[in-house]
Amino acid sequence: MQAIYEKPETFIDTPTHFCPGCGHGIVLRLIAEIIDAWGIRSKTIGLAPVGCAVLAYNYLDIDMCEAAHGRPPAVATGIKRVHPDHFVFAYQGDGDLAAIGMAEIIHAANRGEHITFIFVNNAIYGMTNGQMAPTTLIGQKSATTPKGRNPSNDGYPIRICELLSVLEGSSYIERVSLSSPENIRKTKKAIEKGFKTQKEKRGFSLIEILSPCPVYWRMSANESMKHIEETMTGTFPLGIVKDWE
Amino acid sequence: MKQLLTGNEAAAEAAVYAGCRYYYGYPITPQNELINYMSVRMPQVNGTFIQAESEIAAINMVHGSAAAGGRAMTSSSSPGISLKQEGISYLAGSELPCVIVNIQRGGPGLGDISASQADYFQSVKGGGHGDYRLIVLAPSSVQEMADLVYDAFDLADRYCNPVLILGDAQIGQLMEPVEFKKEFRENLPLKDWALTGADNRSRRIIKSFYPVKGELEVFNAKLQKKYKEIEKNEVRYEAVNIDEADVVLVAYGTSARICKEVMRKSAGLEFRIGLIRPITLWPFPSEYIRKISERVKCILTVEMSAGQMVEDVRLAVEGRCPVHFYGRTGGGVPTSLEIINKIMEILPKNMTAKTPLPFAGVK
Repeated sequence: MQAIYEKPETFIDTPTHFCPGCGHGIVLRLIAEIIDAWGIRSKTIGLAPVGCAVLAYNYLDIDMCEAAHGRPPAVATGIKRVHPDHFVFAYQGDGDLAAIGMAEIIHAANRGEHITFIFVNNAIYGMTNGQMAPTTLIGQKSATTPKGRNPSNDGYPIRICELLSVLEGSSYIERVSLSSPENIRKTKKAIEKGFKTQKEKRGFSLIEILSPCPVYWRMSANESMKHIEETMTGTFPLGIVKDWE
Repeated sequence: MKQLLTGNEAAAEAAVYAGCRYYYGYPITPQNELINYMSVRMPQVNGTFIQAESEIAAINMVHGSAAAGGRAMTSSSSPGISLKQEGISYLAGSELPCVIVNIQRGGPGLGDISASQADYFQSVKGGGHGDYRLIVLAPSSVQEMADLVYDAFDLADRYCNPVLILGDAQIGQLMEPVEFKKEFRENLPLKDWALTGADNRSRRIIKSFYPVKGELEVFNAKLQKKYKEIEKNEVRYEAVNIDEADVVLVAYGTSARICKEVMRKSAGLEFRIGLIRPITLWPFPSEYIRKISERVKCILTVEMSAGQMVEDVRLAVEGRCPVHFYGRTGGGVPTSLEIINKIMEILPKNMTAKTPLPFAGVK
């Protein structure tokens, strides 16, 4: 009998700590699939953020380092400078990357660090019970925007891909989503392109992934996927924002 | 061969000698000679120099390079060191070796750029969150700056712990002859716990997060055991004229230099002055100070602060003799004359009766 779908070797067989319907498990699995397919487990070092994905190292069987909230780009820079021929990636959420860590991500991009950033945008702070994120949509309710995000007090959702694309140091930037099998395949392709950007020393790569958070969106898993396609992509349009090829 | 260097430059060159090849900094006075020097020197030895976007980024770059197995360093001055405290706590919690140089300036807040010793509490009591300790070394000359920075990398590696060099604007910017006598280290082996890619071995995780109930307490116990070991093995101090002393001065860094001048100037007086100069501020030479306190009239702690180290002196002495304090703050530097007058004030009157002016009348 031939197995057509298996757990990637790099993916650790352990109970998940993520909530039902969460997108993190999908993204982590995609990373594991790529590491297996490319045969680069021995040459890959990952960064885990602070937030829901803090336990990313529970799932990926590779060398990994934790970083303080928002600081993965700086820590990853320090690692990459020691191991310039290794694959270094940082896995970050929207609070980590686009709020507290904004300076670090901008300057990592500006230096053209040969690092791939996996930016999981679910427009909410999940770990701390659903507060507003820098990417929370206008009108979106959260624990700290109980009447919905109001730009006059809370500002606007930040489009990270567009923001970083104007920097000369950034090389590959794409926004994808997990809303359908087709989009998940595209997400995998985008992450692979990020790794290729590193391999060829083309500079900074970032893949923003629109990801569901059914628990703090107060939606079912299905509604969450529909919400990404119908609403979230209005503020965060999918596609390649910057490419070196 | 002796060279004439500032303390800041000596710190930088000593780090290069010790095999440090990853330096991350951010400009701030009075440590700028250090970052400037590294920007030239690191490329010469195939090292990495990054002028980071902030002190926060710099300390986190140190975190990355230390985790990856390299010898890494950052430097700053008081307000910048405050910004690094989060990173320092994470380094201590992740048990990563590195060297941090603080060339202290006056505070609080933006303060000023002149010499100060007001960051003692922050350095030795844990400036960041959690139960952790830094090994804190306090040079009082340019040569000692070079020697201590070199040793700091070995201490950091031996204990997998950050080491802080606590200087001040005087020590950092003063020029003195210095000689680099120790081995020039290159191509140091990567460490057997470092992140190098899981090549034919099980993966390694560098973290300070212990979410499962009970795990963090076990980890903290391990840290405390390590700190006890450091306290047992690594205390350093200089003791001068202790045996005959009536009054013992306790001072470190620039203050200790001034205290040595006090000793020279008061050589002909009727009372005897000794000096204990802690070189490790943590671990603190508490045992030695306690021993000495049993047989002297009194102790005078001299600092360029409102009185910080004096608390540790009192904890060591535990009432065995009076412990006095003389300090200047906000860029003020104690003069030898001020200190001699303070000594005359605290010694019993019959011991100072015959002391000639000009010491007696000066305020």
